[in-house]
Amino acid sequence: MSDSLLVSTRKGLFTVERASTGWRITRGDFLGDNVSLALIDPRDGTRYAALDHGHFGVKMHRATGNGAWEEIATPTYPEKPEGYEELDMWGRPLPWSTVRVWALEPGGADEPGVIWCGTIPGGLFRSDDHGTSWEMVRSLWDHPLRKQWMGGGADLPGLHSIIVDPRDSRRVTVGVSTGGLWATEDGGATWSQRGEGMRADHVPPELTHAPIAQDVHCLVQCPSAPDRFWVQHHNGIFVSSDGARTFSEIEDAGPSVFGFPVRVHPKEPDTAWFVPEIKDEKRIPVEGRLVVTRTRDGGRSFETLGRGLPQEHAYDVVYRHALALDGNGERLALGSTTGGLWISEDQGDSWSMVSHTLPPVYAARFA
Amino acid sequence: MPRVIFTPNIQRHVACPETNVAGCTVREVLENVFAENPRARSYILDDQAGLRRHMSIFLDGELIRDRAGLSDEVGETSTVYVFQALSGG
Repeated sequence: MSDSLLVSTRKGLFTVERASTGWRITRGDFLGDNVSLALIDPRDGTRYAALDHGHFGVKMHRATGNGAWEEIATPTYPEKPEGYEELDMWGRPLPWSTVRVWALEPGGADEPGVIWCGTIPGGLFRSDDHGTSWEMVRSLWDHPLRKQWMGGGADLPGLHSIIVDPRDSRRVTVGVSTGGLWATEDGGATWSQRGEGMRADHVPPELTHAPIAQDVHCLVQCPSAPDRFWVQHHNGIFVSSDGARTFSEIEDAGPSVFGFPVRVHPKEPDTAWFVPEIKDEKRIPVEGRLVVTRTRDGGRSFETLGRGLPQEHAYDVVYRHALALDGNGERLALGSTTGGLWISEDQGDSWSMVSHTLPPVYAARFA
Repeated sequence: MPRVIFTPNIQRHVACPETNVAGCTVREVLENVFAENPRARSYILDDQAGLRRHMSIFLDGELIRDRAGLSDEVGETSTVYVFQALSGG
């Protein structure tokens, strides 16, 4: 079980550790700066942090061991071809520039130093040298259907989920909001669309079931049963048992099927956690009660878990990377836009508050 | 040689002291700055080498017109101010 957590927030990166008296914030890095995402590489302990300095752009930092942070290369879009014009869904020129780092994942166990990075406006990047340099995966960016990706809640498309198959590191599946699921089986040389069976009710009827029109909010894979994928989608919850090729919709999941994060137990593919919110424009907990929902039977039934979480006048939103699950599937952490951080040591049955005065939380990740 | 002055706000990220560098356009001037201070480049220019969206450059007191190409002509005695637009958050 993990005793350490990295929490990325609007105003810094916080380390939270378990002591005999409970979980405590033990360190703050980049205080005052916008940390959109962080990664602790389980293969070597290296920490990565993505900062967004606003005027001065997105920057990546890295720390090895307990050492100091150092600025490293930032994933950079290639030079736009001379005279090339590409407009976004609003008719404005699509920036070929890293607007936000939205996914950071280690490569497979057999490829030390490989890091994957997803960005807004949709570029996927790979580093083979612990982030010292990055290369855009042109095969996906240049795919003709990529131009049909659109903004979801953000103005521009974003690649937010990256899944490296534990059986074969060349098999990578990514999730895009909006653009559905994309997979490679050859290390990124070629890509194909996945995700039949998902349904989007906010697009014209002829696009409702089109895989590219799906607004996937978060995608996870069960490491010990890697054909099992779960999706938290704008339109609800979907589950796949054939490697994300086809999905079934879960239509009843407690207070709401809308939300952003999903986590799946590492050894129990039928056990998954969600954080429900009122759908679409509102995006607040139902009846002001912050809860986590959990299924243990593949989505046939859900428990609503709120013990230790605020149960009245709670307007916390939990972003897609702000629900963390440790490697054993026992401990969870939940960070919210209103600065709350809670940890559960019993799979979500009960929660204890670490802080309710953090800056807005973007992401939480166990070491 | 043209004089180049940078916003104080950038200094905590990357030191950019006032400097005098050669160049007949804003692009040439900045490239000469970056030759000496390569880390400053990505703080001022975006991935396509245009001026970052919320940055602004004043040339002798006037905003430059060509934010993408940085082709505005710089005189021998010009002053180039690299500023950022104000915002909060």
